[in-house]
Amino acid sequence: MTSQSKQAEMLSGAAMIIRALADEGVEYVYGYPGGAVLHIYDALFQQTQVKHVLVRHEQAATHMADAYARATGKAGVVLVTSGPGATNAVTGIATAYMDSIPMVVLTGQVMSHLIGGDAFQETDMLGISRPIVKHNMSVRRPEDIPYLIKKAFYIAQSGRPGPVVLDIPKDMTLPSVKFPYHYPDEVKLRSYQPKLKGHSGQIKKAVTALLAAKKPILYAGGGVIMGGGSAELTELAQYLNLPVTNTLMGLGAYPGDDPQFIGMLGMHGSYEANHTMHNADVILAVGARFDDRVTNSTKKFCPDATIIHIDVDPASISKTVNAHIPIVGLVQPVLEEMLSIVKQKKKKLDASALEQWWQQINAWRAVHGGRYDTQTPLLKPQYVIEQVSKITKGNAFVCSDVGQHQMFAAQYYKFNKPNRWINSGGLGTMGFGLPAAMGVKLNFPDDDVICVTGEGSIQMNIQELSTCKQYGLGVKIINLNNGYLGMVKQWQDMNYESRYASSYMDSLPDFIKLAEAYGHVGIRVTTPEELQPALERAFALKDQLVFLDIHIDPKEHVYPMQIPGGAMNDMFLSKTERT
Amino acid sequence: MRHIISVLLENESGALARLVGLFAQRGYNIDSLTVAPTEDATLSRLTLVTHGNDQVIEQITKQLHKLIEVVKLTDLSESAHIERELMLVKVKAIGEQRDEVKRCADIFRGQIVDVSASTYTVQLVGTSDKLDAFIQALTGSQILEVVRSGVSGIARGDKTLAM
Repeated sequence: MTSQSKQAEMLSGAAMIIRALADEGVEYVYGYPGGAVLHIYDALFQQTQVKHVLVRHEQAATHMADAYARATGKAGVVLVTSGPGATNAVTGIATAYMDSIPMVVLTGQVMSHLIGGDAFQETDMLGISRPIVKHNMSVRRPEDIPYLIKKAFYIAQSGRPGPVVLDIPKDMTLPSVKFPYHYPDEVKLRSYQPKLKGHSGQIKKAVTALLAAKKPILYAGGGVIMGGGSAELTELAQYLNLPVTNTLMGLGAYPGDDPQFIGMLGMHGSYEANHTMHNADVILAVGARFDDRVTNSTKKFCPDATIIHIDVDPASISKTVNAHIPIVGLVQPVLEEMLSIVKQKKKKLDASALEQWWQQINAWRAVHGGRYDTQTPLLKPQYVIEQVSKITKGNAFVCSDVGQHQMFAAQYYKFNKPNRWINSGGLGTMGFGLPAAMGVKLNFPDDDVICVTGEGSIQMNIQELSTCKQYGLGVKIINLNNGYLGMVKQWQDMNYESRYASSYMDSLPDFIKLAEAYGHVGIRVTTPEELQPALERAFALKDQLVFLDIHIDPKEHVYPMQIPGGAMNDMFLSKTERT
Repeated sequence: MRHIISVLLENESGALARLVGLFAQRGYNIDSLTVAPTEDATLSRLTLVTHGNDQVIEQITKQLHKLIEVVKLTDLSESAHIERELMLVKVKAIGEQRDEVKRCADIFRGQIVDVSASTYTVQLVGTSDKLDAFIQALTGSQILEVVRSGVSGIARGDKTLAM
């Protein structure tokens, strides 16, 4: 034992967990108590530094922590009990994993000597979570707790971020057994050394290819947001006058109202973004992973393009689409280095070629331009999002659920800042929106925080309206209510001759009464005229949760929509038009 | 194409499950797998035989690298290497077959490591191909049981996979 540890404070395993979280700078832990974690909850109770947020279902705790991470870049922390507590957290862990979100999930476990014996509330959480975590570990000796918590944060937040599960048997937290506490400053692992800076030779090659481009495009994904590279990306794009498209996860990486922004790309991407991609000669892909919801058929994907791909995860490079110039490294330093080389060279792209390219892009822009039917007395979801975008000036945190409303929000909200568009892109988790908005509102009490949802998604975690009341979370819920599971219905319209198998929900609750029952304000909007005053009233009620139940056109579809099996630019443009 | 991937893995509980799970989860093949601690008890050495096209093999090695407990790995089949597999075969050995099995084992430089009144147990070490050939050669005899260890491999020359 070193002299340092002799002087160290003596703490129980449970107290060490909480102290380590405090030393890590954690302000909030989201969770739900139960038998296996009672010692930890008792330790939480006896201090004030780390605050606990009691949700109504463990899934909501994971989404709250996840949304905090998406908004700040720092790992969110979840604390749940063993068995059902842990399994209820699984959907949230998978959601974070698919979108590379840093999260530390502390799961209780039955006593060590009971493990493997089918004890009460025992599940093999390491086994269950293995395919959906960046890493998982269990505590074998209480004295290892500070090291394991440091390690969990280090792994969750470094390289390509992701969730880490730490499974804690109850006997590791006994209040009566104490150990010297010392929180390590850093953890070094011989088997895990994520690459930070990109290879300089590759970066030079990339700059040369980019400067030689006649039809360039910058394709930026969620990695730019989580990697903190938005400023560098924006500067590079503006310095070289490049058209920029964002993935669903990348929205906000480049200002949504800037003329160089050509919209989201992919399945519900803009006409101009998908055409610009398809016809590009150089694609600079940054922190994006050529997901199937972006590329459409990989065989027909961007036939003329030289692809430069910057990503911190080598496994993301050339996974679905071959990259000609791969650069493995953190997005921010790589973009910074590219920018400095470009500036040193004092060279830009061929001006006349770029001018022609922009003319072509602007011509594509005029083809669809995000149009929708405005000659109808029905309230259009697109119009609702446009109005929300205007009233919040593109600066609100928009937390979305999953479905048509998510796509409308992605298409029609003009995101001007990174880390403000919070949605489950990879896993597509219905029920994500409300808890996500709660996690953001708790940490950003002065900002406008919106939950864009539908009557299907909101009911997947509606119980959290109670948590909102307890913690005074003044989230504004924009419930785009069309009475149908809209995206399912859209696919049934397009592929199943409008046979609405289980996509119509009968017996919906009166959401106004429901909001009021939970102690909130509910406003119903059924006509376009009612929208503006309702929104103004909702945003004026600063600290109140307002549930806006907005009855929209039940027949609306999301367009453009890529035609399955086609190239990037093969799209349906409306119910009657296609490319 | 067949590849032999050698991995140095932290000798921790759950590490092997994570590695094997990766193959199941992502639909990669495992043709054989051998694993045991090295002279450094904190490390396990693992030899994995798989097959797939270049893109699949590239993804396998990248995804393996991503596992936190994987310290180092190499695709042995990319350069000169030695591969060996151990096989134990229990064969019916009565009458004329007793001499025949013995002769066959000698030809393949196998050893008879156990004998009963009606059986021989032959031990054979070699490449997987050689082991296959031996089984083919035994077609006249009744094979009662075959146990194969899976391939272990190491690079030729100065090249090492070590800390």
